[in-house]
This record gives sequence, C-alpha cells and structure tokens, in this order.
Amino acid sequence: MLAALRKDRRRLACLTLFCFLWPLFIRNPYYLTVANLTALNILTVAGLTLLIGYAGEISLGHAGFWALGAYGSALLALKLGVSPWLSTLMALGLTLGVAYGLGFLVLRLKGHYLVMATLAFNLALYFFLVEAEDLTGGPPGLPGIPPYRLGSLVLATDLSAYYLIWSVVLLGLFLSFNLVHSGEGRAWKALSGGEAAAACLGINPRRYKVRAFVLSAAYASLAGSLYAHYLSFISPKTFDIFFSVELVAMCLFGGRNSLWGAVLGAGLLTPLPHLLAVFDEYRDLVYGGLLMAVLILFPEGLVGLRKRN
Amino acid sequence: MTETGIVLQFIFSGLTAGAIYALVALGFCVVENSLRIVNFAQGDFLTLGGFFMSTLLLSLGLPWPLAAGLAILGVGVCGILLERLALRPARNRDPLNLIFITIGASVFIRGLIKLLWGKNPRSIPAPVSGPPLKVLGASLTRESLLVLAVGLLCVLILQVFYRASLRGRALRAVAASPRAAALIGLPVGHLNALSFFLAGTLGAVAGLLILPITGVSFDSGLILGLKGYAAAVLGGYGSFPGAILGGLLLGVLEALVAGFVSSGFRDVFAFGLLFLVLAVKPSGLLGAAEVERV
Repeated sequence: MLAALRKDRRRLACLTLFCFLWPLFIRNPYYLTVANLTALNILTVAGLTLLIGYAGEISLGHAGFWALGAYGSALLALKLGVSPWLSTLMALGLTLGVAYGLGFLVLRLKGHYLVMATLAFNLALYFFLVEAEDLTGGPPGLPGIPPYRLGSLVLATDLSAYYLIWSVVLLGLFLSFNLVHSGEGRAWKALSGGEAAAACLGINPRRYKVRAFVLSAAYASLAGSLYAHYLSFISPKTFDIFFSVELVAMCLFGGRNSLWGAVLGAGLLTPLPHLLAVFDEYRDLVYGGLLMAVLILFPEGLVGLRKRN
Repeated sequence: MTETGIVLQFIFSGLTAGAIYALVALGFCVVENSLRIVNFAQGDFLTLGGFFMSTLLLSLGLPWPLAAGLAILGVGVCGILLERLALRPARNRDPLNLIFITIGASVFIRGLIKLLWGKNPRSIPAPVSGPPLKVLGASLTRESLLVLAVGLLCVLILQVFYRASLRGRALRAVAASPRAAALIGLPVGHLNALSFFLAGTLGAVAGLLILPITGVSFDSGLILGLKGYAAAVLGGYGSFPGAILGGLLLGVLEALVAGFVSSGFRDVFAFGLLFLVLAVKPSGLLGAAEVERV
C-alpha cells in the first residue's frame, strides 16, 4: 500500500512540475482560461471519484454543490462585503451542512435513492437561482464578483488565477491520494466491493458513505467558489443538470476506480468543447453516447484500459 | 364559485396531472419489478411518445387511433432496444453500472430529439371536445376524464397481466431472484426486454395524454420523470396500486399548493415531498416490504 502511495506521489510531483512550468511557454491567454476551467473540473471529478468509485454511490447533483459554492461565496462577498477568502470558507461550511443533511437522510436507505435525490436537489436549487431574482440576479446572472487578494496583489489576471487554482487543485489531489491510501479510503473501497462483507469487518456503511458524499460535495463547492471569484460573473445556466451529467461522464470516462481517472477524464473532456466549435450542437448526443459506450465496452474507463493491457 | 367549488376545481386539475405522474411511476415500477434498477430514461420515453404522436398525426396525417397505436408501439420498441443494445451487452452487471447506462441513454435520447425535431415544443388538438361537466359548481373537462380513465385502465391491465398471465408471473419470479428464475428455465433476458417494452409503452401513453394538454418539448422528460419517481416513492417503490395512489396524491397536493400558496412553489413542492417521504417513511404508502435500512 505504501509503495502505491509513493508511486502516486511521484506522479503527482511530475504533474505539479509540468503545471507550474507550462504557462511560461504559453502566449495565448485563452489557453490559460481553458486550463483553469480544466483544473476546477479535475478537483470536482476527483471528489466525485471518491464517491462513485470508492463509496459506490451516484450523485447527479454536483453542479448544485458548485452553485452553492459559487453563489454562496459570491453573494457573501457582494452583499455583506466579506473578504473572498472568508466567504469561500463560509460557502464551504454551508455546503458541508446541506450535503450532510441530504446524505444523512438518503444514504441510510439501501438502494439507489441518492441519484434521484441529488437530481431533485440540483433542479430545486436551479429553479431557486432562476426565480429569486432579487437575491441571485436571476437568469441574466450575477456580475462584479470581487477577486481574491493577497495583500496588495489582486489575483484577477488569468495567469495569477492559474497559479492560485492549480495550487488548490494539486493540494486537493495530494490530500485525496493520502486519503485513499489511508484506512478511510480502504474502508470506502471495501464498501464498493461488497457492503455486507464490509459491514462484517466493522465498517459502518452509512457513516462512511455520508462522509464520502460530504467530502465530494466540499470539493465541488470549493471549485465553485474559485470559479466565481476567478471569472467575476456567474449565471444559473452554468449549474444546470447537464453539468452534473458532464462531471459524471468525466469521472467514468477516465476510470472511476482511480483518482488518476479523474485527472485524465476531466483533463481530456473539459478542453474538448473549447477546441471543437461544432461540438456544442451535438453536446447531449456526444456525452450520452460516450457515457453508454464507455460503460458497455470498458466500464473501468481509460485507466482500466491501460491496466488490462 | 363557492368555496367547495374552488377546492374541487383544484382537485380536478390535480387529478389530471396526477394521472400522468402515475403512468410515469408505473413505468419505474415495471423496471423495478424485473431488473431492480432505476430506469433514468423513463421520462424520456414520455417525450418520445409525444414526438412520435405529433409527427404521425400532424405531419403524416394518420387517423388518431392508428397514430396512437404506432406511437405507443414505437416507444415500446425503443425500450426493447435500450435493454437489448445497451443494458444486456454491458460487461459489468453491477446495478450502479446499469443505472449509469440509463443516465447516458436519457441524455442521448434528449440530444437525438433535439437533433431530429428541434427545440420547439409540440402539441396536438384535443381528441375529445364538448362542454365540461359540472360537478358541485366545479367544471371537469372531458379531457381530464379521458386521462383518468386511461390511467386507471393501464393499472388494471398491469395488475391482471402480472397476477394472471404466465408471462406476468414469470416477470415476478425474475424480480424475486434472477438467478433462481434462470435456474428453473425462465428466459431472463427476454423477460427483462419485455419489462422495458412495457415501460416504454407506459411512458408513451403518458406522452400521448399530456400532448394536447401542455405539449412536450425535448426536455419535458426530466421534470416529469422526476415527479413520476417522487410519485412512485410516495406510493411505495415497486407497487402498482401505490404508483397510482402516489401519482394522484402528488398531483392533488401540488395543485392545492399551487392554488392556495404560490404556483412558483409547485415544482419545488414535489421534490420537498420526495425528501420528506424518504426521511419519514421510505417504504411509502403501500410499499410491500420495509425498505432495508443500513
């Protein structure tokens, strides 16, 4: 187990080195924007991988947790004048509470109630964001969200945001790798292998599943807050159900049994629509088809393909 | 209009919507009673039924009964295709994996509808006309009566099919234990395909009924599917009478909330109710077995 952790850490170090040097050779700021969005998706999908691949539960509400992080933090900063760092933490706390309540209610039931419950949560939140115009700005969105500041340094440019976002994401990945190689991660893995067997070993399925769910929601919330303060503008359209499906597709495409699957899935699928303009028209078809094809032909995802060979 | 008249009016409109939810809920129950998974594409069967019908009736000019029959059959075949082409060949038989496949199918069907029929909603003229009936001061449209009658007819047919016919009893055997069913020689694959056919036809019937009332657009299936699911959970997931009861109850409660509180809360109310049932009584009103808690 420790050897595996060391291997993951070495790979992560290589990724970190690459990510920190790469912007030095980039002249087009658009690529930086795409890279930042990719990083945020990697963070969210890593959380989702912990939930799907390790704890064996489905969430179609992670766009909702993004929205909680984004709107929560943005509104606190805009309406109450809270510093963006603090508002990010407060939004994170809010998300933890909501996710815990939801998970506590739904995850004590055997069977797949979570998928519909999270979907209902996401839809309800979406309706709320659209309807409560006085608070959220409604469908046109919420402009003018203040950026993060470090002393007198304003992290508003693509490059400075790049280093901030990637630092957070890589740290999140580092912690996740530690976690999956710890007792907690092994308990989750045991759960996805067989709940009855895990319970016999003294693993309380409900408690561990709720923890995995809350943690994955927290990652999504953090990504949402970073997104809001980086782009300075958010609108409900970003956080619809389709985004939740996209995140799940990234997780499964990369491979749900490994955090590297999250890096690969989000890393490959996020830039795709930005690079192929025609893609937008057939978005549903491509994602739906991809999801089915991956699950029918290679349910272990890209990472699993490599292992099989 | 008198006070009772107003309440009754809300109840009538709620029952009409509730019958639609009940039909979607029945589709969830049929799949639950064979493959034991949540078929995420159930709402999209409804949308497909509506689009098939509007094309057959308006673009091809077929007579009403023929168009309806073909549309229902067409969606049933789509259900079989989903089982045969996507679920059966899956290498990983884990329920988690199969549910993900139906999620993919749902998104795919939505994309396909958008591509083939565009983003505009479709509607057809009402099949029955005539002045509404007066009951205690409230008016009940003939359309609502038709919707309710069809909904009740569907649950009757299903009950008889599952209780009395050989195939129906075989389906129940598969639900009880797929392995034991295979051991006594039941064609489990065919029976799963059959249940998806039934789910498709039930979705299509719901689509036909809602088409003249509110019309359908490519994403109608999402909300209606979720409400049908809420109705199924409310009635007791997997139970046919429960699906009908849950659907009608959800429809009526929703209409009363929309009428007396605010119509904006209408959709949120259904989801709130879903959480409440999951929290307080997860086996629903008529759930056969207690849902296992962990």
